[in-house]
Order: sequence, then structure tokens, then C-alpha cells
Amino acid sequence: MMWNSVGDFFAMGGYGLYVWGSYGVVAAWMALEPWLVTRRHALAVRALDELHADEQEFSSGGLV
Amino acid sequence: MHPFFHLLQRDVRLASRRPLDALLPVAFFVLAASLFPLGVGPEPQTLQQIAPGVVWVCALLSAMLSLATLYGGDYADGSLEQMLLSGHSAVLLTLAKALAHWLLTGLPLLLVAPLLGVLFGMDADPIKALCLSLLLGTPILSLFGGLGAAITLGLRNGAVLILLLVLPLCMPVLIFGAGAVAALQSGISPAGHFSLLAALLLLSLLGVPVATAAALRISV
Amino acid sequence: MNPLPRFFTFAAPSRFYWLAGLLLPWLYLLAGALAAAGLYIGFFLAPTDATQGDAYRIIFIHVPVAWMSMVLYLAMAGWAALGWAFNARMASMLARAIAPTGAMFTFLALWTGAFWGKPTWGTWWVWDARLTSELILLFLYLGYMALVEAIDDVRRADLAGALLAVVGAVNVPIIYFSVRWWNTLHQGASISMTAAPKMVSTMLTSMLLMTLACWAYAFAVVFARARAIVLEREQSSEWVRALARPLSKVKL
Repeated sequence: MMWNSVGDFFAMGGYGLYVWGSYGVVAAWMALEPWLVTRRHALAVRALDELHADEQEFSSGGLV
Repeated sequence: MHPFFHLLQRDVRLASRRPLDALLPVAFFVLAASLFPLGVGPEPQTLQQIAPGVVWVCALLSAMLSLATLYGGDYADGSLEQMLLSGHSAVLLTLAKALAHWLLTGLPLLLVAPLLGVLFGMDADPIKALCLSLLLGTPILSLFGGLGAAITLGLRNGAVLILLLVLPLCMPVLIFGAGAVAALQSGISPAGHFSLLAALLLLSLLGVPVATAAALRISV
Repeated sequence: MNPLPRFFTFAAPSRFYWLAGLLLPWLYLLAGALAAAGLYIGFFLAPTDATQGDAYRIIFIHVPVAWMSMVLYLAMAGWAALGWAFNARMASMLARAIAPTGAMFTFLALWTGAFWGKPTWGTWWVWDARLTSELILLFLYLGYMALVEAIDDVRRADLAGALLAVVGAVNVPIIYFSVRWWNTLHQGASISMTAAPKMVSTMLTSMLLMTLACWAYAFAVVFARARAIVLEREQSSEWVRALARPLSKVKL
């Protein structure tokens, strides 16, 4: 361990903006992308439900 | 007469019926290049320095202008499908089309380039190098342009899409073409650049028509 | 059913969907664990650099994302080509799933490169060979994505994208070489991003772990996106229809 304090760690020897600016954006993206993809998947499933609602309506003999 | 020359003759003849349409890319070439002094200032030193790059970039963009109709016209009236079904080599078809495009667009650009060289205050030797680089480079642009046109055949925003697809692939041509003239201007021999351009031309002649033929089969 | 998986077993969208769904949580977990280890070593064990100070620590994220951007392009081109060669739509779907992630890694490589360049070389952007090639790679990704979006016919889009991706992949070495040539000739702008600090073993370990973490992450996100694409495209098949829930049970 070489950081004398938490403050030192965040300051990164004066380069804090650049280091955290880099890692921050990458981390933000790696949180956003999985969420976007999960949302895409959920929308696809929802579209499926709506697409086959009529089929189920027909097979169950009336409104579901 | 071999179908290759048939196609060539047909394309040139069709274009010659609309001479103004055929010369639009050249007009754009001169116009776009003329914008740079207006934007950058008329100082002769600056203009001489940026001339190779400017002329080359404008040539690149102008060459792309006439691509959307390269296969589009034949596709729209069904003759492209007939050509592909005819049993003749699709690779020769694409070569003929690329050559027609070069004769109708690339060659005029090449002929007008010295004028631009003079406008930018270039000396005689750099102008000669510019023309040689365009002679070697514009066929490559026609070849890659044909590939882009074949892939985007019939698409709504095909014209802009061609630019996005083809320009990255043409960057080496730009680098060596403009670089050759810039090298000569700064006293270094441009031989290396010309050799690399010629190598790119040979590679493109060998590989791109095959890819374009495959693209036509996918798109039609 | 044949219990032993054959070569093309997971080329069936249904089987891929099932396998990807199974692996997904483990891939995310792996990515997280590797990243934690890599970041710990990079920030707490690797020493401060003499010339660049602590700014050099950006290397632990810049190099992995740059490598991933290139690896993903090759993977995308490879899967697209397989989809073309074997007429396997699952391969093409995978290629399409890779593209957005690859493009983002390329953007992140450019971003982290800029943030590394500013404190070390004094400028946000430098037209050096690596960054310029990375920029061109971004255009290649965007071109692929624009092309497959523009074509309505799904199979034509798959094949056209495959051709474009392969042409791009073949051109990448030519582009990189020509950009390096161009860069070395123009001596003025030759400050290169490649001047990394002298690598100590802890630094290498951290970079390797971070690369593996990015790779696991990429697998996870690409698999998840591919699952969504499978559902979108295979709507008419039996097994997908069976996944639909009765509307009465769906919370709207």
C-alpha cells in the first residue's frame, strides 16, 4: 500500500481528474450497457406476449 | 465484341448523352478546392503546403459523388439482374463498371488537377507528381467506390452510406497520394510513395472486383 | 436427442439462447472478480512511475479496452463470415450483437487515450499512429452498424455486413501500416502514445487481469444482446412462441 490517506488516493498525485475521468467513464458505460441490453431483452419478450395474445385468446375460447 | 467492351461502351455512351451530369463531379472538385483559400487565407506559403492534401481530399470526395448511379440505373430497370443471369463473369462486369467510372470521373479529375495546382501556386514538378499520384490513385477509388455502390444497392440513404463505408478504406490511398507530392515539395524522393500506391492499385485490381461481384450477388 | 454436443449444436438459436442464459450470470461474476483483482494490483501494489506519476495508471484500462476493440472487430468479422459461409443465422446474429460493444470499446480507447495524453503530453489529442488507427476502426464499426440497420431484408443485411466486415478486416493491417508510415514522416506530430513506462511485473499482471475482465464482460454483454436479437428475429418459431406469457399474467 502506498497511499498515505484516502485523500491521496483520490488525488492520484495531482492527476485525479484524468485517472478518475477515464475509469469513471468506463465504469459508467459498463453499468449502462448491461442495463440497456436487459431492457432490450425485456422489450422483446413483451413484444412476443403481445404478438401471441390473439393466439392464446383463440385457443382458450375467449378473452384471456 | 467481348461483353467487357460492350459494357464499357454502353456506360460511356449513356453518360455522354448527359454530359453535364457526367461533369458534375469535376465541377464539385474545383468548387470544393476553391473553398480552402477562402477559409484558410490566400497566403501563398500556406496554400502551397496544403495543396496536395486539399486536392487529394477533394478528388476523393468528388469521385464518390457519381457512385450511387453506378449500378443504380441498371438495377432499377432490371438489366443488372439480366447481366448477372447471363452467365458471363460477374467479376468482369464489375471491372468494366469500375473502368467506366474511372473514365468518366477519375480521368476528368486527373485532367483538371493541374489547373488546381496552379491555383494553389504549386511548381511544375509537384504538379507532375500530383498528376501521377492521381493517375495511380483514382482507379483505386473507382474500384472501392464500386464495391460500396454494390453493397448499398437500392438503399434509401445509399449515397451517404457509401461515403461512410468507402472513405475509411480509401485512407491509405489518400495518405500515399498526398504524401508523395508533399514529399517532393520537401525535397524527399516520392519513389516510395509511388511504389506503395502502385502496389495498392495492383492489390485492389486483384481483390476488389471479386468482392464487388459477391456484393452484387448479395444485393440483387 | 444425441447427448454429446456436435460441432454445430449451438448454431441452433434455441440452444444458443439456453446456453447463453446459463452462462450469463457467471460471466458477469467472472468479469467483476477479475476487475477487482486487476484494479487492486494496479492501484495498490504497482509502484508510482518516475516520469508520469500516477497518471500512468490509466494504462490499466486504456490498453485492455484498446485490445478488446481490435479483438472484437476480428470476432465480429469472423462470426459474420461464418454466418455467410455456412448460411448459419445464429453466427450472423452474434456478429450483430458484437458490433455495438466493439464500437463502445473503441470509443473508450479513444477517450482514455485522450485522458492519458493530456497530463503526459499536454494535449487532448495527438495524431499518432495508434490513436488515428483506432479512430478509423471506430468508423469501420459505425459503417457496419449503419449498413445492417439500413437494409430491411434481414438475410441480405447479414450477408452485406459480413462482406463489409471481412473487407474491413483485410484492410485494417494496410490502414495501420499506412498510418504509421504517415505518422513517422511528419516528425512534428510524432509524440507517440506508445511511450509507456518501463513495465514492472505487477503492472503487467494488472493489465492482463483487466484484459481478461474486459473479455469476460464483453462475452456477457454480447451474449445478452444476442439473446435479445434471437427473440426479435425468431418470433415465428415454436420454441420462442412457447416463451410468450399469457397477457393476463403480464404486469402492464
